[in-house]
Amino acid sequence: MKKEMYLNIGLMALMLVVPLVAWVSDEPFWITLATRAVIFAIAGIGLNFALGFGGLVSFGHAAFFGLGGYAMGILAYHAQTYTPVFEWPFLLEGSKSMLLIWLVAIVVSALAALAIGALSLRTTGVYFIMITLAFGQMFYYFSISWSTYGGEDGLPIYVRNEFPGLNTMDPIQYFAICYVVLTLILILVHRMSQSSFGMMLQAARQNEKRVQAVGQTPYSLYLVAFTISGAITGLAGALFADLNRFVSPTMFSWHVSGEIMIFVILGGVGRVFGPLAGAALYILLEHTLGGLSEYWHIYLGALLLGVVLFTRGGIYGLFAGREVAHD
Amino acid sequence: MHMHPNVIYKKETPILLMKSRVGKFKGKSMSAILFIEQMLNGLQFGVMLFLMAAGLTLVFGVMGLINLAHGSLYMIGAFAAAAVAAATNSFLFALAASLAVAAIAGVLIEATIIRRLYKRDHLDQVLATFALILIFSEGTRWIFGSFPLFLDRPDYLAGTVALPFGIEYSLYRLTLIGVGLAIAVGLYLVIMKTRIGIRIRAGENDREMIGALGVDISMLYTLVFALGAALAGLAGALIGAIQSVQVGMGEPVLILAFVVIVIGGIGSIKGALIGAILVGLTDTLGRFLLPQFFSLFLENSTATSVGASLASMSIYILMAAVLLIRPKGLFGGA
Repeated sequence: MKKEMYLNIGLMALMLVVPLVAWVSDEPFWITLATRAVIFAIAGIGLNFALGFGGLVSFGHAAFFGLGGYAMGILAYHAQTYTPVFEWPFLLEGSKSMLLIWLVAIVVSALAALAIGALSLRTTGVYFIMITLAFGQMFYYFSISWSTYGGEDGLPIYVRNEFPGLNTMDPIQYFAICYVVLTLILILVHRMSQSSFGMMLQAARQNEKRVQAVGQTPYSLYLVAFTISGAITGLAGALFADLNRFVSPTMFSWHVSGEIMIFVILGGVGRVFGPLAGAALYILLEHTLGGLSEYWHIYLGALLLGVVLFTRGGIYGLFAGREVAHD
Repeated sequence: MHMHPNVIYKKETPILLMKSRVGKFKGKSMSAILFIEQMLNGLQFGVMLFLMAAGLTLVFGVMGLINLAHGSLYMIGAFAAAAVAAATNSFLFALAASLAVAAIAGVLIEATIIRRLYKRDHLDQVLATFALILIFSEGTRWIFGSFPLFLDRPDYLAGTVALPFGIEYSLYRLTLIGVGLAIAVGLYLVIMKTRIGIRIRAGENDREMIGALGVDISMLYTLVFALGAALAGLAGALIGAIQSVQVGMGEPVLILAFVVIVIGGIGSIKGALIGAILVGLTDTLGRFLLPQFFSLFLENSTATSVGASLASMSIYILMAAVLLIRPKGLFGGA
């Protein structure tokens, strides 16, 4: 447990020091890389809540990532063009306020996760993997054919959204926002994993029958976990869209689902801080391997294959021992 | 439609009436022909999906493996066919190459990597085969470049044939339907009537037992994997001749094949065939009918866009509906 704590603190410090050094030495590129890592980590933390704690192998989390992105895109687009999003059943104006956009992103992706979860959780195992994948693709194709918001070309937003008291266009200030959000989410997820709900969820993953025997319904535990998981990943999607000032159907692509899963696995399934380690390593690999060769995905694939075949428990399993059972 | 407020409805009525009248005068049979053509297109699409889904569902049924890299084998088949067609000018050689190269690639990855995954959980299988996709896609891009390759159907299959009721239909697509159905029948016979088929079915039921009875189980696994790979490669070549041969072509088809086997019931060949045809018809007819349906009460451009959006989601809605009623698919009872 102690080793894991040191690793957590080291990671959080590293994620803070790198962009600060980059800021002092005027290298905004590294600040953006760190911001990407932080946002991907949030998406991974979302998935890890369902996958690591609940054992729900969702291959469709791009749906929530994309929904968060489009929540930002659509609200900002309407604020940009001074048109209402819709007028019925109530009037919804566009908005450039980041806080409001986050709220909408969280609510929309939570609702989507509730609906998708309610259907998908009727199935288990490989059916669950495939049905979540299919739901993700459903959003992907819908966003491509929905021409109002750019269809296949996506939707550019000219200025980053506003946060009270900060200049969000300044890379280091936007990084700070994302870092604080990450910290809050980590605290929230840590507390939830220690709560009676979190304990029950992990118990359900390990033995459904015993959980039923003490009077809990695994289905509702899973559904709540899946909804929270989707909401967190949706928030990451809104942050990611704001970072790029652009949303497109690629955010819904199943590659994104695969990548979010990679963050979780690289870091270590079921570790609260695991996805942060995984996302940071992924971004680092993308940057260094991408500099070596145009075809860096070959190396990424080989590395991932090695991790899956020969190591268990990812970075955390390697450095902090295998305290968390991975089944 | 009668729920529309009168005013709006009346305003649009004359236009609607005119349109439907033109349709009635000019070609009641015209739209029927179009409909039958779309049915055939859906059937052709479904039959090709079956070639993909059959391998996926066999591999899952016998080895318990979820193989995302199945789409890569489809792509490899198409590229092998395009390369051989360019070198020899023979479509039949190209098809043979697609079968052989995909089967060889299948045997290679089965023996080196896939074999280690049978006993792992589904999460490991998903990730490892996702890694294989990255390697195959980038490797193909590295060898062949990013531009699509050219693979055309042969001259003797170009043009159209006259079917009853005055329907002209593409000979090549009709051949695809024939080939696909023939393979479906062949696969059924192999699995139901031959010794190897008996072993495959026994493997689905009880892996340890057939090992104990002296069947070389790892040989059987390699064979099943190679069979699935060959079928996927063939599908890639056949479809490559009407679409384009390019990196990433396997992925949309892979996901559709997943939808097919989820609908049909994982492990069931019969389910794969019925699921594939259902998905093929739903997708094709959805794209054809939904925009027309919405144009009955929406203006044209909106109707096209709403119809197209819904059509692109139709098979996933179908899948969700099937799973609501039967969580293990239509034929996945066991």
